[in-house]
Amino acid sequence: MAGDHLSAYHYFPLKWLESGVLMRHTAAMLELSNLSLSVSIQGERVDAVSAVSLRLAPGRVLGLVGESGCGKSLTAQAMLRLGEHQGVEKSSGDIRLDGKSLFDMSEEQLRTVRGGHIAMIFQEPMTALNPVFSIGSQICEVIRLHLDMNKQQAHQRAIDLLQDVGMQDVEQILKQYPDSLSGGMRQRVLIAMAMAADPDYIIADEPTTALDVSVQKRIIALLLNLQKKRNLGLLLVTHDFGLVAEMCDDVAVMYAGQIVESGSVAEIFDHPAHPYTRALMACRPEVSSPGKALPVISGQVPPPGRWPSGCHFAKRCPLAADDCNNPVAADAWSRENHVTRCLHVGEPS
Amino acid sequence: MSVLRVSGLNKTFAAGGMFKAIGKAKRAVIDTSFDLVAGETLAIVGESGSGKSTTARLAMQLLAPDSGNIFWDGEDVTHLTGKALRSRRSHIQMVFQDPFASLNPRMKIWESVAEGLRVHRPDMTKTQRRQKVAETLALCGLDDSGMDRYPHQFSGGQRQRIGIARALIVEPKVLVLDEPVSALDVSVQAQVLNLLKDIQAAKNLAYLFISHDLSVVRHIADRVSVMFAGRVVEQGNVEDIFEHCAHPYTRALLDARPITHPDERNRVDEVLVIGEGMSDSGCAYQPRCAFKQESCASFDGELDAQGCACLFPLNSQK
Repeated sequence: MAGDHLSAYHYFPLKWLESGVLMRHTAAMLELSNLSLSVSIQGERVDAVSAVSLRLAPGRVLGLVGESGCGKSLTAQAMLRLGEHQGVEKSSGDIRLDGKSLFDMSEEQLRTVRGGHIAMIFQEPMTALNPVFSIGSQICEVIRLHLDMNKQQAHQRAIDLLQDVGMQDVEQILKQYPDSLSGGMRQRVLIAMAMAADPDYIIADEPTTALDVSVQKRIIALLLNLQKKRNLGLLLVTHDFGLVAEMCDDVAVMYAGQIVESGSVAEIFDHPAHPYTRALMACRPEVSSPGKALPVISGQVPPPGRWPSGCHFAKRCPLAADDCNNPVAADAWSRENHVTRCLHVGEPS
Repeated sequence: MSVLRVSGLNKTFAAGGMFKAIGKAKRAVIDTSFDLVAGETLAIVGESGSGKSTTARLAMQLLAPDSGNIFWDGEDVTHLTGKALRSRRSHIQMVFQDPFASLNPRMKIWESVAEGLRVHRPDMTKTQRRQKVAETLALCGLDDSGMDRYPHQFSGGQRQRIGIARALIVEPKVLVLDEPVSALDVSVQAQVLNLLKDIQAAKNLAYLFISHDLSVVRHIADRVSVMFAGRVVEQGNVEDIFEHCAHPYTRALLDARPITHPDERNRVDEVLVIGEGMSDSGCAYQPRCAFKQESCASFDGELDAQGCACLFPLNSQK
C-alpha cells in the first residue's frame, strides 16, 4: 500500500499529541523570534525584514500574506538559511528548530535540516526541476541524500511518493524528463520530492500561482491531505487571500518588512483590524460589486531603507495620527487569537 | 457597428523544429467568431493552451489565419499586408501581461511610449510627440516627471500604466489586453482595473480582455467567451455566464474559483470533472465531462442559439 513507509507516529491519534504522550511533537516548533534580515542596496546595508516573530507548529497551516516586496519570501527562505549567498544577512533575532538555533548549526547539520526536517516547495514548477535528469533520478537523489537506502529501496520509495501525490503510471513517469510533464504534474513531483525524507515542516512559496485554476484546486487538496496525514507544519507564503481562506489555520499579514497583524483565520477574515489588512481584503475583485470602482490604497509601499521611523503604513493610512510617527509595538492591540500593530484600531467590525 | 469582428477563424500550428516528421499539428483555434462594439468589453477565458492568446493575435493580424475573416470597423483586413496593413494598425493595439518584460530597459519612458507615433504620425515634431506622450501618461495617472527615466525606476503597477499609455498613444478603437493584471499585486490590480474602466468610459474604447481570472472578468467584462481546446464552448452576457451557465466546462471553471471566506471550505460542489485531457474527435471536453453520452462522440462543437456548444446543457432555460 502506498504510504507504508511512513513512520508510525504519523498515525497516532491527535489527542495523544495534544495530551503530550508524544513528546517529540509537543515540544516541536519552528520559531522565528525578532528576526531582522538586511540586504545590500547600493552599497548600504538596510533591513528588508524587521523583527519578525512567527511560530509554526506541527499539524498547523500558517499563511504568511503580503504583497510583493514586503519581505515574505526572504523570511521564508531564511527558515532554511537560504538567500545568504545572495547577500541576505541576519541583523538580529533567531530561528529555532525544536529549540535549537539554526545559526548555531554547521553546514553539515543544515544539510540534514534542509529537506530532512524542513522542506521547501517553490513557485515555479517549470524551473525547479533540472531538465537534463529524469524525474526518477532527481527524486532518488533526494531520498538517498537523507535516508540510508540502496538504489532499489530508493526506487521503491520514489514510486510510493509519486503514488502518494496522486500520480498514475508511476514507473513510466520516473523514466521521463521534466519537459514531458504538465505544470500540475511537475508541481506534484516537487511535492513528492519535498516529502521524500519525511520532513516535519513544509515551506510552500506561492505553490499554485503558476497553475491553471482547475489544477490549483487539486494541488491545494493534495497539500492539505498530506499535511493532515503526516501532521506537518505548513507555512504557506502567498499574496492570495483565496488560498488563505482555503488552507490556513492561522494568518500573519506582512507589510514593508513587518508583521502588521496575525491571528486565527476566522478572526482575520471576520474581524480584520489593521487598516492595511482591511484595505487589502476590500480591493479584491471577488468581493466587490461588478461594474463599480474597486477600493484602492493610495500611495505606494515604501522600499527597504525608506521606511518611516513610526508605523510603516502611516503615510497611506486613513486612521493615521501624530502618535503613529513613533514606533508601534507588534501587539499594540490584541485580543484572543488576534494581535495587530496599530494604535487606532478601535473595535474591529 | 462593430469595431472588431472575426468570423470562422481557424489556425493550425505545425509541429515545429527537428521533430516535424514525428510531431502532431496542433489545431489552436477552430471556427471562432465574435464581434465587439465600441465601449464594450469582451472577455475570453480558458485554461492555458485553450487558444485564447492565439485568437487575440489573429484578431490583431499578428498571425495569419488558415481560414476565416477579420474585420476592423467593418473593413475586411484579412488579406492586407505590408504598408496597407501597417497604416491600419493604429486601429487595434495591445497591452501585455508582464510589465517587466514588455518595456525596453534601455529606452527612456517617453521614447518607449512615443514609438507608435514615429510610425503612425511621422508628421509630428519631437516637441509635439513629447507633448502627446505627456498627455497620454496623464490619462494613465502618471505625471510627466518620469518621462526621461528608465523602466527599472518604476514599480510594476506604474510600468503597466506605461504599457497602457504606449498602446493608447496612437488612439486605437480596440485594446487587446492579454492578462493585463495577473502579474500585479491585488492592491495595484485594483488601481489598474479602475484605470481601464475610466479610460474606456472616456474614450469609448472596445476591450478584448484575455484572462484566466474569473473574478477579474466578472468585474470588468460585459460579455464572456469561454474557450476550450481551441473552440468557443460558451458565450454570453457576463451575468448569464456567472449566474446560470450551460456548458459543463464553464461550470467546472466557475467551481474552481478560490473561495473568498474560510466558512466556504466545506462547501460541497457537485462533482462535474471526472478526468483529464481532451478528445480529438467529437466534443473535445468528453474525457472530463460527467454528463457525456454516446452522441457526444460525434458532436460537431457548433454553438447553439443560446451560445452553448453542448448537446446536454446544464440549464436549458438560460
